[in-house]
Amino acid sequence: MKFIQAIIKPFKLDEVKDALIELGVQGMTVTEVKGFGRQKGHTETYRGTEYQVDFVPKIKLELAIPDNLEQKVLETIARAAKTGSIGDGKIFVSEVNTVIRIRTGESGEGAV
Amino acid sequence: MNGKRIVLCKVISILFLVIVLSVFGVTAFADDSSGAAPISAGDTAWVLTCSALVLLMTIPGLALFYGGMVRNKNVLSTMMHSFISVCIVSIVWVLWGYSLAFGTDISGIIGSLEFLGLSGVGTDAFSGTAIPQLAFMVFQLMFAVITVALISGAIAERMKFSAFVLFAVLWATFIYAPLAHWVWGGGWLQGLGALDFAGGTVVHISSGVAALAAALVLGKRHGYGSENLSPHNLPFTIVGASLLWVGWFGFNAGSALAANGIAASAFVATHIATAAGALGWVAVERIYRGKPTVLGAASGAVAGLVAITPAAGFVGPISAIWVGLGGGLLCYAAVMWKSKLGYDDALDVLGIHGIGGTWGAIATGLFASVGGGTGLFFGNPNQVVTQFVAVGATWIFSFVGTFIILKILDMTIGLRVTKEEEVLGLDLSEHHERAYA
Repeated sequence: MKFIQAIIKPFKLDEVKDALIELGVQGMTVTEVKGFGRQKGHTETYRGTEYQVDFVPKIKLELAIPDNLEQKVLETIARAAKTGSIGDGKIFVSEVNTVIRIRTGESGEGAV
Repeated sequence: MNGKRIVLCKVISILFLVIVLSVFGVTAFADDSSGAAPISAGDTAWVLTCSALVLLMTIPGLALFYGGMVRNKNVLSTMMHSFISVCIVSIVWVLWGYSLAFGTDISGIIGSLEFLGLSGVGTDAFSGTAIPQLAFMVFQLMFAVITVALISGAIAERMKFSAFVLFAVLWATFIYAPLAHWVWGGGWLQGLGALDFAGGTVVHISSGVAALAAALVLGKRHGYGSENLSPHNLPFTIVGASLLWVGWFGFNAGSALAANGIAASAFVATHIATAAGALGWVAVERIYRGKPTVLGAASGAVAGLVAITPAAGFVGPISAIWVGLGGGLLCYAAVMWKSKLGYDDALDVLGIHGIGGTWGAIATGLFASVGGGTGLFFGNPNQVVTQFVAVGATWIFSFVGTFIILKILDMTIGLRVTKEEEVLGLDLSEHHERAYA
């Protein structure tokens, strides 16, 4: 099992979600986050006072998937979240040791 | 803590004394209403309506305008400054403020105590008008209210609420009432022939300069220049500026104290100058900063409103464009300049009201052509000189007086919240509330 964390542009969330559901992904968790990479922040001006805003609003998408879906999921996120400009985000993949479905107590890939 | 209690006790006992005195005063006066000048229904309806419009400027207008510009942890405290100013200054005005401003002149400096507790202020026509003196009194009350509320923009996000309450009482008494007397109540500036149609000196210069004194005495907000202190809700600010615009018709056109041609002329001049002020600010911003901002449009509109205030009943429509445009441009420059000077007038009360009021007062001396005023451009160079005297006197009196009041408060009860309370936010530390759950 794999755990996927994707940081994407907020306005791309719907496209990414729809594309993942089409693949057969069962669920995901979404968080509004702030951060920066190479895009850095932006400048805001209020009555002439400029503020450099370092942290840009992003969406963090988290999902656990069976190993056999890994390549497809990564490709799908990368394709759906892409605009081609700086700040499109990143995808992190890690191993999952255990998953437990709380309602039934079952574990392993069947619980994903 | 002890010093604070003593000051509070003194304030309460003075209030009590005045209330007792005024009850006697009112009884003595009750049946003195024969042989009065006629009351005009139209004029009275207009001035009462305008009084309500001027209240609308302070709440919710100014409360929203200022509330949107602070951080979300201070929005309640900031709106409370406007709200509580309405309550405090109204009572001060009724008990002694009105009398100090509009009682029989004493040496051009202050009014007598004849109207203490509104004793003798009844339904008879106020001298020179066809409205009841009570209507005149309540119209003027709304002016005193908003002037104190305007100052609160300078001290936002760091002043103790208790200190602000006492400041409002003292400032309305010792600064506002004498100034209103000088300019409108038969005082020395009125005697000189200074023109101030609706309060460029009394309301805007005085509050703007008081704001400068307050910013200097209080010091900067924690994090000024290093942290992000940007506005938390600009839509509030836009709605607030828009309500100010609407309410200002009451402020300026109501200052004719009659439903007549001067009121119409002041109404039109007010609207035109506001539009020009907003356009001026946004245009200069577009040129120097690349983007026209919405906060700039709102600020420019208020700058235009401030600038036209002393001139409203004295200038024609084309002059109003110049007055408003000048207000927008000069206030923009003043606000930009502030960041270089380094004092923390949090919401630019000096930059907009002080500078806009100063420009408006001088511009009145340049552009006056109707309603009994004649300015430089219409053949009367002396008017500009008189306007400069009025401006200078207001600057000095308001600055020195405010400085002294705040220093005394600082030495007795203290002006600022602790650093910890400031970081937590005044909504929680001063009021035990949060704006947004």
